Amino acid sequence: MASVELTNIRKVYGGGVEAVKGINIAIDDGALCVLVGPSGCGKSTLLRMIAGLETITEGVLKIENSVVNDLGPAERDIAMVFQNYALYPHMKVYDNMAYGLRNRGMPKGEIDKRVREAAQTLELGHLLERRPRELSGGQRQRVAMGRAIVRNPKVFLFDEPLSNLDAKLRGQMRVEIKNLQRQLGVTSVYVTHDQLEAMTLADILVVMNGGVVEQIGAPLDIYEKPASTFVASFIGAPPMNLVHVTANSAGLLLKDGTHIGAEGLAIPAEGAQIGFRPEDLEVVAGSQQHIGGLLLDLTVRGVEPVGAESYVYGDIGGDKVVVRVAGRSVVEPGDHLRVIVPKEKLHLFDAKGKRI
Amino acid sequence: MASSNNVTFPNKLLPYLLLAPQLAITLIFFYWPASQAIYQSVLREDPFGLSTQFVGLGNFRRVISDPNYLNSLQVTIVFSVATTLIAMTIALLLAVMADKVIRGKNIYRTLLIWPYAVAPAIAGMLWLFLFNPSMGTLAYLARSAGYNWDPLLNGNQAMVLVVSAAAWKQISYNFLFFVAGLQSIPKSLIEAAAIDGAGENKRFWTIVFPLLAPTTFFLLVVNTVYAFFDTFGIIHAVTGGGPGKATETLVYKVYNDGFVNLILGDSAAQSVILMIIVIALTAIQFRYVERKVHYG
Repeated sequence: MASVELTNIRKVYGGGVEAVKGINIAIDDGALCVLVGPSGCGKSTLLRMIAGLETITEGVLKIENSVVNDLGPAERDIAMVFQNYALYPHMKVYDNMAYGLRNRGMPKGEIDKRVREAAQTLELGHLLERRPRELSGGQRQRVAMGRAIVRNPKVFLFDEPLSNLDAKLRGQMRVEIKNLQRQLGVTSVYVTHDQLEAMTLADILVVMNGGVVEQIGAPLDIYEKPASTFVASFIGAPPMNLVHVTANSAGLLLKDGTHIGAEGLAIPAEGAQIGFRPEDLEVVAGSQQHIGGLLLDLTVRGVEPVGAESYVYGDIGGDKVVVRVAGRSVVEPGDHLRVIVPKEKLHLFDAKGKRI
Repeated sequence: MASSNNVTFPNKLLPYLLLAPQLAITLIFFYWPASQAIYQSVLREDPFGLSTQFVGLGNFRRVISDPNYLNSLQVTIVFSVATTLIAMTIALLLAVMADKVIRGKNIYRTLLIWPYAVAPAIAGMLWLFLFNPSMGTLAYLARSAGYNWDPLLNGNQAMVLVVSAAAWKQISYNFLFFVAGLQSIPKSLIEAAAIDGAGENKRFWTIVFPLLAPTTFFLLVVNTVYAFFDTFGIIHAVTGGGPGKATETLVYKVYNDGFVNLILGDSAAQSVILMIIVIALTAIQFRYVERKVHYG
């Protein structure tokens, strides 16, 4: 158990490609930090640098307040769960879990005790004599977790551990990982490209894009106050709607030239994007007057009923938007709707996509 | 269920026609000479080829009790074991090192694969030129360093020379397979082992080597068969089976007795025994390749 501190971490590959461009993250003892971002954003590279599998080009990495930049993976006292689990195929489950302990010269009795304890925690007791190829995906995943927890390391690292599982199992394992991490209280770094996984697991959420951190914070804070249009459209499903506007003397102009009322919004001269979550739109009946909200006209393009709610896809002044409505939707493609967004639910981003 | 795999031909004759070339080749180049050899192995022919006499298993009895044949069997075993071990060990070593190279990877591999394209007799000549006591470059160096190098007189040195030549030629082939085998081991396994505290040596012996087992087993069979049967050209070019009979392997003895000494009956009996050895080795290979160790 330990804190992890990244200061100005950079990674430049031999060919001059800069994969990670100066990252600062501080993870408290026992916290679960999730790195999320699209593929190629540098999150896996960052994790591998923490693991010691990639060299750190520049910056300082501290685990439990001591610099570990030049230590090998074995000496950092970390354990990693790989995306493909990386179980040793020629060893039984028991030996897979015992391998790391044997390499460290732990006495046999202690190894046996730890492996059996971990197997019990993960309900693997009856599988100890099997080989990995005889296990299902979920069971392999558990063995990979078991191999990490028997070591009782300072830090757990997870590299997209659930992406090879089917949707149902993924949801189940997500809860288990969270509970296990809470119960053991081991500082963890978890990499995923799935925003739902990120939102539900994280104590600290780090949204990355193009080798830099877009935003760090508690998941709900990030959801409610995204720092940029990238974060706004990455976190949340369906993502936040973004509508381009420019200001003129009469009010606001949408992308296709439609006029709307400014409603007291201060729009910079070079234009802006107005963001609102799909659940924050309200359909207005008739010509009824609403105060304190942005009135917009929406043309319906399609409807997706998913059971408890429906997603209405459409466009507002040339920008694509989604509206989440409860239950069944009665609208049809081609319909025109008048919608209102309450002013306190509006997010405003400048032309470069930064929050105003 | 089986019918889904079976193709039905509209014409009854067509399948046989399609099989004909392959069948013809097998019949003409294997079954015919093989049956001739079996026929010949139970006959005794006089030196002028004027009369033949049926002797049953007499030739076999004589061959098996011939001390020269037993010597040849021993030579073959020493030669095969040494060639296989050396060829595989060096190839594995090279493959492991080539696997670590990042820049110029393909150049190294191409260079290491070239010797495979050299014909056995030519490979033998290369080694002969290097180590011939009267004109060999390396032989000259060895002698000037005070080592009494003379494979034309010293049987053990002759054996070292043919084993080296035969192994050298086979290293490329083994190298190719080992490189492929190493590449098929997921990198994350090695990384997981590194995190698990295994040093480089330990990783090799506990993770990499066990995972290479199917490749290693396959190569073991192929190399043994190679050393047994495909090294005639090398031995012929380098030592001609000598000095004395120090490098006369079973295959070489079949040639010597049959084509040089014209003892046709004995030679035929030896080749039948060899054929039985080939069949046995192939059977073992298929048995194990069929249920090849499947990891992962």
